[in-house]
Amino acid sequence: MAELTKTPAAKEVKLADPREASIEPSTQEMILRAQKLQIETVFDRAVTMKPCAIGLQGICCKNCSMGPCRLPLPKGGIQGEDTRKGLCGATANTICARNFARMVAAGSSAHSDHGRAVAETFLSVARKETKDYTIKDPAKLIQIAPYFDVATTVEVDGKKMDRDLDEIALGVAEAAVAEFGKTGGTLSYLKRAPKPLQEKWKKEGVMPRSIDREVVEIMHRTAMGVDQDYKNLTKQATRCSLGDGWGGAMIGTDLQDVMFGSPTPLQAEANLGVMKEDHVNIIVHGHEPLLSEMIVAAAQSQEMVDYAKSKGAKGIQLAGICCTANEILQRHGVPPAGNFLQQELAIITGACDAMIVDVQCIFQNLANVAKCFHTKLITTHPIAKMEQDNVVHIEFDEHHAMEDANRIVKMSIDNFQNRGADVMIPHHKTTQIAGFGVESIRYHLGGSFRGDYFTLNDNIINGRIRGIAGVVGCNNARTKHNEEHITLIKELIKNDVIVLTTGCSAIAAGIHGLLTPGAAAVHCGPGLAEVCETVGIPPVLHLGSCVDNSRILLAATEVVKAGGLGNDICDLPAAGSAPEWMSEKAIAIGQYFVSSGVYTVFGYHMPLDGAPEFKDYLYREMENIYGGKWDCEPDPIKHAHKMIAHIDKKRKELGIDKARERVLMDMADRQALGVE
Amino acid sequence: MSRLVAFAAIQGGYKVVSQVEGELEKALKSFDASTKIGFGNTAYYLPVIYSLTGMKCETLEDLKKPLEFARGLLPPHIKGQNHLPYLGPLLDAGMAGLFAYEVKEALRILNQPDFYTFTEDPDIEGGKIWVGPADDTILRKRGVEFVDGSAPGFAAIVGAAPNAEIAKMIVEDYQKKSLYIFCAANHNGKTVIEQCLEAGMQVGWNTRIVPFGPDISSAIFALGFANRAAMAFGGVKPGDYRRMLLYNKNRIFAFVNALGDVGTEWAVAAAGAVNWGFPTLADTDIPEILPTGICTYEHVVANVPHNEICQKSVEVRGLKINITEIDIPMAFGPAFEGERVRGADLFCQTGGGKTQCTELVKMAEMNEIEDGKVTVVGPDIADLKEGGTLPLGIYVQIAGREFQTDFEPIMERQIHHLINYIQGIMHIGQRDISWVRVSKGAVEKGFSLKHIGVVLHAKFHQDFKKIVDKVQVTLFSKKEDVDKLTARARGEYKTRDERVDKMTDEDVDLFYSCTLCQSFAPSHVCSVSPERTGLCGAYNWMDCKASFEINPTGPNQPIQKGKVLDQKLGRFEGVDEFIKTASKGAIETYNFYSMVNAPMTTCGCCECIAAMLPSCNGIMTVGRDYAGETPCGMKFTTLAGVMGGGASSPGFVGHSKFNITQGKFVLGDGGLLRLVWMPKVLKDEIYDRLNARGKQMGIENFADMIADETVGITEEEILPFLEEKGHPALSMEPLIA
Repeated sequence: MAELTKTPAAKEVKLADPREASIEPSTQEMILRAQKLQIETVFDRAVTMKPCAIGLQGICCKNCSMGPCRLPLPKGGIQGEDTRKGLCGATANTICARNFARMVAAGSSAHSDHGRAVAETFLSVARKETKDYTIKDPAKLIQIAPYFDVATTVEVDGKKMDRDLDEIALGVAEAAVAEFGKTGGTLSYLKRAPKPLQEKWKKEGVMPRSIDREVVEIMHRTAMGVDQDYKNLTKQATRCSLGDGWGGAMIGTDLQDVMFGSPTPLQAEANLGVMKEDHVNIIVHGHEPLLSEMIVAAAQSQEMVDYAKSKGAKGIQLAGICCTANEILQRHGVPPAGNFLQQELAIITGACDAMIVDVQCIFQNLANVAKCFHTKLITTHPIAKMEQDNVVHIEFDEHHAMEDANRIVKMSIDNFQNRGADVMIPHHKTTQIAGFGVESIRYHLGGSFRGDYFTLNDNIINGRIRGIAGVVGCNNARTKHNEEHITLIKELIKNDVIVLTTGCSAIAAGIHGLLTPGAAAVHCGPGLAEVCETVGIPPVLHLGSCVDNSRILLAATEVVKAGGLGNDICDLPAAGSAPEWMSEKAIAIGQYFVSSGVYTVFGYHMPLDGAPEFKDYLYREMENIYGGKWDCEPDPIKHAHKMIAHIDKKRKELGIDKARERVLMDMADRQALGVE
Repeated sequence: MSRLVAFAAIQGGYKVVSQVEGELEKALKSFDASTKIGFGNTAYYLPVIYSLTGMKCETLEDLKKPLEFARGLLPPHIKGQNHLPYLGPLLDAGMAGLFAYEVKEALRILNQPDFYTFTEDPDIEGGKIWVGPADDTILRKRGVEFVDGSAPGFAAIVGAAPNAEIAKMIVEDYQKKSLYIFCAANHNGKTVIEQCLEAGMQVGWNTRIVPFGPDISSAIFALGFANRAAMAFGGVKPGDYRRMLLYNKNRIFAFVNALGDVGTEWAVAAAGAVNWGFPTLADTDIPEILPTGICTYEHVVANVPHNEICQKSVEVRGLKINITEIDIPMAFGPAFEGERVRGADLFCQTGGGKTQCTELVKMAEMNEIEDGKVTVVGPDIADLKEGGTLPLGIYVQIAGREFQTDFEPIMERQIHHLINYIQGIMHIGQRDISWVRVSKGAVEKGFSLKHIGVVLHAKFHQDFKKIVDKVQVTLFSKKEDVDKLTARARGEYKTRDERVDKMTDEDVDLFYSCTLCQSFAPSHVCSVSPERTGLCGAYNWMDCKASFEINPTGPNQPIQKGKVLDQKLGRFEGVDEFIKTASKGAIETYNFYSMVNAPMTTCGCCECIAAMLPSCNGIMTVGRDYAGETPCGMKFTTLAGVMGGGASSPGFVGHSKFNITQGKFVLGDGGLLRLVWMPKVLKDEIYDRLNARGKQMGIENFADMIADETVGITEEEILPFLEEKGHPALSMEPLIA
């Protein structure tokens, strides 16, 4: 045994070349520092361990113990009939589609559980069981109530009066919670989609019945010996994903806005450089704002600031990682310290006094890195714990939210004095404008009196803006950190395509200076630059976290409603992208975008190559059903041009591919114009 | 650089709102808070504030609320390179500035009640060149021109041109394009209006050059006019700001010309106007905003040379203007219609009591006349000395396969405004009592009588191409010829009048609809019968018939009368069916001869409105040119506000002046003899006809039995008068059964 363990594992570990690992200087600096301190990071692991070649093709089936069955493509591709089968006879298409559907189920469940937690918290608010959360945006509550069939007015003596807000809140909260497991009908929010799209869903029989049920049904249908038709499986993947995008995620976003306020544009900073040497640095990482909202309130309280000062710090610097960062950025201007691949690096600065995490995208290796420093790693969610013994678990309960938050912040402050001498915070940070939402974009397209998506449409029709792209998603250690995001976005805006961004992509755009109004003049084509200058916006709009992709769906719906660009989302000159995707959540998002009519291109790689027929179904056939389809392109420039080609195709179909003529109107023409 | 515009406009917003807050505070110290404020005779309060927010400002105290609202609209200042978006904030700041400007003007009127003349034309001799806000009388009179398209929009000019000559060039160009020119603000103390006066132009509503006021705040009157037109004719409800602004964007084609340096106070007003879809074109080098969206095309265009500004403005606003190029040396267009030729400007004249001046249109056979032939028989203007006179006979012969003798009077009626359209020529009256005054300016440009023929030939072809194939005009200027023509014409007039006067609703099977106003009052449908002329006073049955012949798919459609459902009230099956369809189900039925039961709807352009006076067992009527109180407790403009927009309002009905003495006037409710009150000016106008119709109904000297404002303006005040005169209404059956 001694012989076997003799060779130290460390010697086999290859070190990442920082300049190959990331395009971002503070990330490069921190990778170097980590390597100097002999602390392993995801970047080193990525060059040490290759991905599984079979899994990469998507055709490994381990759904029963007769397997795992692996059906790799033959070296020279398939000659003649495809005879590959698992023990039960499952074809490559079936295996690949089942794996794909399970990714959709996993991703949907993540967003939807997040949405459920928000809905349940909102129910406690409505029932007055918690005092720490309130209704900050009553207008939004009134706006969404009708979708849940909750009346917003009451008739008193034949007169229409505003209904009591608490009653509306309770109605909405109960209905929202019920969406997850309701037993009759279909999801309430589906009626927010453009009518033709609803018709398509109805025709295909993919309207989700309840959010949870569709996840369960995927797990059932993909179990050994159930659904063995890839088309039928894809249909269920669609139904489940719609329960995410037009269900769990949308409920999450809306009720977060109701409780914490709908975002409005604000200025903030981004990148690891936001951490301060002389401050208590608290990093919140994960996804749900239920926790982080309270941490923000606690960290900004005079009591805690004074306490920090009493411990020798000049104050408290709060910063975020991943979508938690986006949540507190868009509502409070709290800066993101970095995106997904920077999570270990925030600790490697040596200045992170506490990292507080909840759910999703949290490296287990954080515990190993934290062990090398004084950093307290605090898990807070009952469903997300870590095995390492240096991790502290403080369970966060919405009924005692502020109390828990204070306790966590206090613990972080107490840890300040344990900070070692070896601190190195990269000095890179940028300014950004974030906080765009469906409502605030409407306002900024014309003010309180004339705010209207038509302003956007008109500039798309006149050709100044070529089209709209949603660029979203994760980082992936198999691609160069941020490179795909930034190269792609720059190529899009250079070609006058306005970009809506969320998640880690949004953080990347912020860090690389694309979320500033000044970026328009530097990076955009002349048309988009002119529109950005007119409205005073960056060419890339930060729409929030990954559950906030529902904002993109709703923004697209608003564009359809504003007129002049067709009747459905699939008519729009628009495309979606997740260039550095890694999470199953991205697959769920991709599937609901495609099923909502959006041409969606993923970067890096899709685990579909082992089943060419199924892949073709996703990349081609789906367009005939929903108007949107999947695609994959690792090269960011080609990736951008695939999206642009699609946008141009849609412009042609709309008849707006040629320069618009100036129409001069006489009285008869004017009378034909509507005034609605 | 939109950022600079946004920066300036937001600065301007703060400046203006703060300034006006100060002025209001000061006013509240010198006046009681309950002191009445307002823009004169209007039912729309401070119209921009009222139309967009629904706030009714009647007292000094009331001005606080809109100012607080304006303060609340002011967005944060634009800071640094990494600023927040500013288009929405910029437009909000603009709106805040405009609300403040409207309050500022209300305060000015309170502090200096005589600053504005509140008239159509300024009092130049009296040194008062600013007319201020248009009252509702002007609004209704002029608003119709926006309704029917004879005024395609307005140019709001702020500041001053480099000199009077350039100002004249610009303003006259807009006049030729039939636009109204709304002027406000000064550049270094100089205004376009002063420059127009310097250049010898006539200013006022009549020449479409409206001198609103000398400051940028006076520009608010232009927007107030536009919004009132939308409420009065478009049925847009106060407070429905979105519809109001889109209505303006798509119906009222207006724009701003900024002549001179654009400071923050102009910038905020320009930003505000963008909310209406009204772009700004400037002659200075200001930052441009070219992308579209809020306006139809560009928002701000800079550095426009003066000789291009009119064409460019019209293009930027997206307006198509059909100008008739008529081969005469004078400018031509509706904007010159209201221009006067006063004593000092007069070169020569014809008619008007000095000589005979007669007009006659007659149908001719196709081979009888030569199209375009214009002959002057006798001396021409060039043969006259200054102050000279001429007799004149204008004899127009029209041939056309579709032409009918019934159309002769309709064509003849066009002569009045068509001659008036010639710059420097004034036409008054019609038939054998015409009067043409020729100005020195026109003579300098070479005016000849022949030009009258040229104009009539060209316009008859253009406006009536369906029925007109050939037009020949002969202008007689020798006394014997004119006398001969006059004798013949009088015979023609008599025949025509008898035919029309004798025509009754029972004589015809067809009535005509009129939906000319429907783009503005979507559910309103006028029906015109021989004994109920259009309520705007512009269209009688014969006109509608001709209009239908000329344009079979146009706004006047024949209605089969069908079965008579109620002879007394005037309800017809065919009419009911028609209006149900034409109003898209909004109106099911109405009666031709009743104001008590389901009266006809009105769009708001009616000449008069009749209302019940229950205590007098009668009715009153009021014309739109009477601004005072009436016994029904409402002024005309309030009544029009209640009635307009296509609603059927029992107890009220809109009608034309002429209709009052027609046989079927509210006959179902007792007819003309119910009329107990009307404004004196209206009574005087139709005095003879009132007596004639009264006599037909068995009452002598009926006109003198009708009370007017000199008797009283309440039912209590007029009742003793009616009793004293033995007014027949008092002994009629009760008005309301």
